[in-house]
Amino acid sequence: MLIKKTDDIKSSEITDKKVYLSRRTFMRGAVLAATTTATGLLYRQLAVKTPPSSDVSNGRPAISSGLPGEKATPYEDITNYNNFYEFSTSKRAVAEEAENFVTRPWAVEVGGLVHKPGTYDLDDLIKLGQPEERIYRLRCVEGWSMVIPWLGFPLSRLLSQVEPRSQARYVHFETLFDPARMPNQNRAVLPWPYEEGLRMDEALHPLTILATGLYGELLPPQNGAPVRLVVPWKYGFKSIKSIVKINLVEQEPAATWNVVAPQEYGFYSNVNPNVDHPRWSQATERRIGEFGRRETLMFNGYGDEVAHLYSGMDLKAYY
Amino acid sequence: MKDIRFARFVVFINALVPLVMLGWDGYHRNLGANPLEFVTHTTGTLTLVFLLISLAVTPLRKILGLPWLIRFRRMIGLYAFFYGALHLTAYVWFDKFFNASAVVEDTLKRPFIAVGILGFFLMVPLAITSTNRMVKRIGGKRWRQLHRVVYLAAAAGVIHYWMLVKADTRLPVTFGAVLAILLAYRLINKYLPHLTEKRPARAEAPPQ
Repeated sequence: MLIKKTDDIKSSEITDKKVYLSRRTFMRGAVLAATTTATGLLYRQLAVKTPPSSDVSNGRPAISSGLPGEKATPYEDITNYNNFYEFSTSKRAVAEEAENFVTRPWAVEVGGLVHKPGTYDLDDLIKLGQPEERIYRLRCVEGWSMVIPWLGFPLSRLLSQVEPRSQARYVHFETLFDPARMPNQNRAVLPWPYEEGLRMDEALHPLTILATGLYGELLPPQNGAPVRLVVPWKYGFKSIKSIVKINLVEQEPAATWNVVAPQEYGFYSNVNPNVDHPRWSQATERRIGEFGRRETLMFNGYGDEVAHLYSGMDLKAYY
Repeated sequence: MKDIRFARFVVFINALVPLVMLGWDGYHRNLGANPLEFVTHTTGTLTLVFLLISLAVTPLRKILGLPWLIRFRRMIGLYAFFYGALHLTAYVWFDKFFNASAVVEDTLKRPFIAVGILGFFLMVPLAITSTNRMVKRIGGKRWRQLHRVVYLAAAAGVIHYWMLVKADTRLPVTFGAVLAILLAYRLINKYLPHLTEKRPARAEAPPQ
């Protein structure tokens, strides 16, 4: 092995200590910059996308909720934080996944125990229903809530049109099943199609609406376009989205979450601060846009209107 | 590895990147509709990520024959503890607003909270005994025995995550699978060591 003696290296060839050190500093800086950038990009890639949240509603006029001490939730928040497993199980990813969901043409088949079954396209429904603004609290079973200005009309308006038979005691709803358009239906996260049910008196209650709009505009896909149910005194999952079938039936119909985890999600699923979800408390909720937590109200604050529907029922047993 | 001090500094800074970005996004109101939930979930995920990285150090070191990797392990483990502490703080603050009795009640009533808190408290003695002085005081063998508790802490973390998910268990199951592989490696290493050991190549053949 040849080892040069020190005399063999001309002093001019020896890198000046200062240069050597500054080069090392530069290299170290480069390594730090490169690795932190890579880590940052990795974080951006892995952490779920976070669409902007804001008080502004993209030029939409602020809407007074009509509820003292409660503001309507900003449009951006309502449309970027959605439970809609047909598109994604991540609430923050639904808006993007559902972006190109085509909702025209759309037909809702109404049948079962009725005298006049029929298929309604979206325009028929809107013409029949005459949607109006309804500002409701929405309480998710997960412990968060919003105040949402829907455009909708009472479900009873559609039901009276089809003339229920006297045996009809429940209403069964179904979401569209079309994995080509709802890509997450390719995965068996839930048994598809999503289905829900109401008792007849709940379905006919004036607070129960079919919503076709939000903030005065057509319903965006992530919120259940083109037509969804809204039952404001029940946990959000009862308010089934993108409905294609409504059937009047005699027996209590299957409801997806109730089928998947009956000990956690009852058929009724009325908002009830006194009955906890087995895994978390339902006593309080985080209102989207607020820092503190609010006390959850019995029947989501609609007790005066709906409590009589459940008189004599043990709501701990029929949760 | 020639410049271990600088390499450790690089790892130290990189492990802070997620926290800095979380703070940056929070400051710019860019954490989505439910920022408090986002902070809670992200710090929780980071705890598991750092726990699994710290558990991957030994297998990687042996499989790749890179003994110096061990010198990152303490720091990565302490980062797991650090993000775990942030995660617990986020829960106690944003969910319970420092209401001690509500936290206790939640812990007693809800298994997934209890398992998560157990996982965190299992990490506390490991963090406390992470200094060189403590290793000396306790003695290498006993120290290593004590630090096997990290397997329990990681398992508790994964179970905690799996229990709170509503329907889509892909992520917690992935974390669980990685943990299972890392633990399986240790079993193989113990009972079939010839399969896993790879000593660093020597510069020369030993003298005859």
